[in-house]
Amino acid sequence: MTFAEIVWQLAGGMGVSIQLFVITLLLSLPLGLVIALGRMSKNGLLSGFIKFYISIMRGTPLMLQLMVVYFGPYYIFGIKVTNDYRIWAALIGFVLNYAAYFAEIYRSGIQSMPVGQYEAAKLLGYSKGQTFFIIILPQVIKRILPSVTNEVITLVKDTSLAFTISVAEMFTTAKALASSQTSMMPFVAAGLFYYIFNFVVAWGMEFIEKKLDYYR
Amino acid sequence: MSLLKMDHIQKGFDGLDVIKDISVEVREGEILSIIGPSGSGKSTLLRCATLLETIDSGNLEYLGEEAAWTVEGKAVYASKNKLKELQSCFGLVFQNFNLFPHMSVLQNIMDAPVRVQKIDKEVAKKEAYELLKKMGLEDKASAYPYQLSGGQCQRVAIARALALHPKILFFDEPTSALDPELTQEVLKVIKSLSDLHIAMVIVTHEMAFAREISDKVIFMADGIIVEEGTPDEVFASNNERTRTFLGNYGNISMTNVL
Ligand SMILES: Nc1ncnc2c1ncn2[C@@H]1O[C@H](COP(=O)(O)OP(=O)(O)OP(=O)(O)O)[C@@H](O)[C@H]1O
Ligand SMILES: [Mg+2]
Repeated sequence: MTFAEIVWQLAGGMGVSIQLFVITLLLSLPLGLVIALGRMSKNGLLSGFIKFYISIMRGTPLMLQLMVVYFGPYYIFGIKVTNDYRIWAALIGFVLNYAAYFAEIYRSGIQSMPVGQYEAAKLLGYSKGQTFFIIILPQVIKRILPSVTNEVITLVKDTSLAFTISVAEMFTTAKALASSQTSMMPFVAAGLFYYIFNFVVAWGMEFIEKKLDYYR
Repeated sequence: MSLLKMDHIQKGFDGLDVIKDISVEVREGEILSIIGPSGSGKSTLLRCATLLETIDSGNLEYLGEEAAWTVEGKAVYASKNKLKELQSCFGLVFQNFNLFPHMSVLQNIMDAPVRVQKIDKEVAKKEAYELLKKMGLEDKASAYPYQLSGGQCQRVAIARALALHPKILFFDEPTSALDPELTQEVLKVIKSLSDLHIAMVIVTHEMAFAREISDKVIFMADGIIVEEGTPDEVFASNNERTRTFLGNYGNISMTNVL
């Protein structure tokens, strides 16, 4: 089997990995913001619950969380899950986990904003919502971008954890191919894929950072 | 007409009485300076007047309408909507400007008129340019705050406040973050506002400036008003506390002013 053929065989897995990555980001970034706001809420019950949820997400392995989401419905509720559920379980697990990490990043960014910005906005008559979305959030995004970049790069590699619940993503496919071909090549191809993927992601994040460089 | 009436205001921070019993009235077009030693409660008073802090007891009236009053020794505030409505009659210029760093100078000035007061964009823009001209900053419209000197930032902050057409403009030590040269340019701009007939309440350590610009001067110490009157009265006071604070300022000659 030539290297080109191996890459061709892995293409389907690559597509799944990219899908996992994109959908996880699109959902966990906004969800993280909502969670961060809940975490900072004056309602002690809500913020306490969210604090607990975040500590679980950060304090246990993502691999374990994926298994709980995938096997949980059957073991806990006796619901028979279909094969299609694998990819959904992976997405739910990734989104819940990454939203928790992003929430903490948002929170630290929001709390680092000087109170003077809120006071100036209040005196100018901005509503609470306007103050948050027009004055605070744009500045927070610039401040937290380096931490978000770190998480995003980790997510590229973490998509391979979907392997644990047999989602046919890149890594799963490569491992199957390696054992059927008794060859290292599929692993080399997989490594190359993740490396290039991250290279593109890092370039994209740098582009956004440059875009926000117009002020200090 | 009375624009602002503060009656027997009290305010403390966990056990520490900062404002003990202060009554102040500001009339249309009046320029009032508040002077006093550090820690005497000047900023706190201004923050109570601008609704950034809540008073513990007393009465607060804007344009003859009650914003806060006292029931059984505790302050009660009007509804949020009412406060928002009353709030539109005043503006505040901060010691450290608090410009929005992600907005250009022009955006800083016209965003609130457009977004909050729903003024037509072109109209707001035209007015923003006029204000910039008044501040001597026509060429800075597209600059960002980090590209400006402190004095320029403060002038933008003044323009931003003026763009909403306040009836009273509060200043909390508008020049104390600036070096002497920049201080003068900002004081000059504030002085030039007197022909707009906006009432101004200015907390300042610039005695010569206060003496020249004010209709009325209040000397505060330890949370009370020690003395108030025309600049000539206060600066020539025989009150011992006032004299100690003013020191040499009391004798400053008017030729040094601006
Ligand atoms: N948020 C707060 N919490 C607790 N204490 C406060 C708070 N704000 C002010 N104080 C205290 O109130 C007192 C008066 O402070 P304030 O800032 O009003 O003084 P000031 O007259 O403006 O002084 P300066 O000339 O230094 O600006 C000080 O003792 C200060 O420590
Ligand atoms: Mg002060």
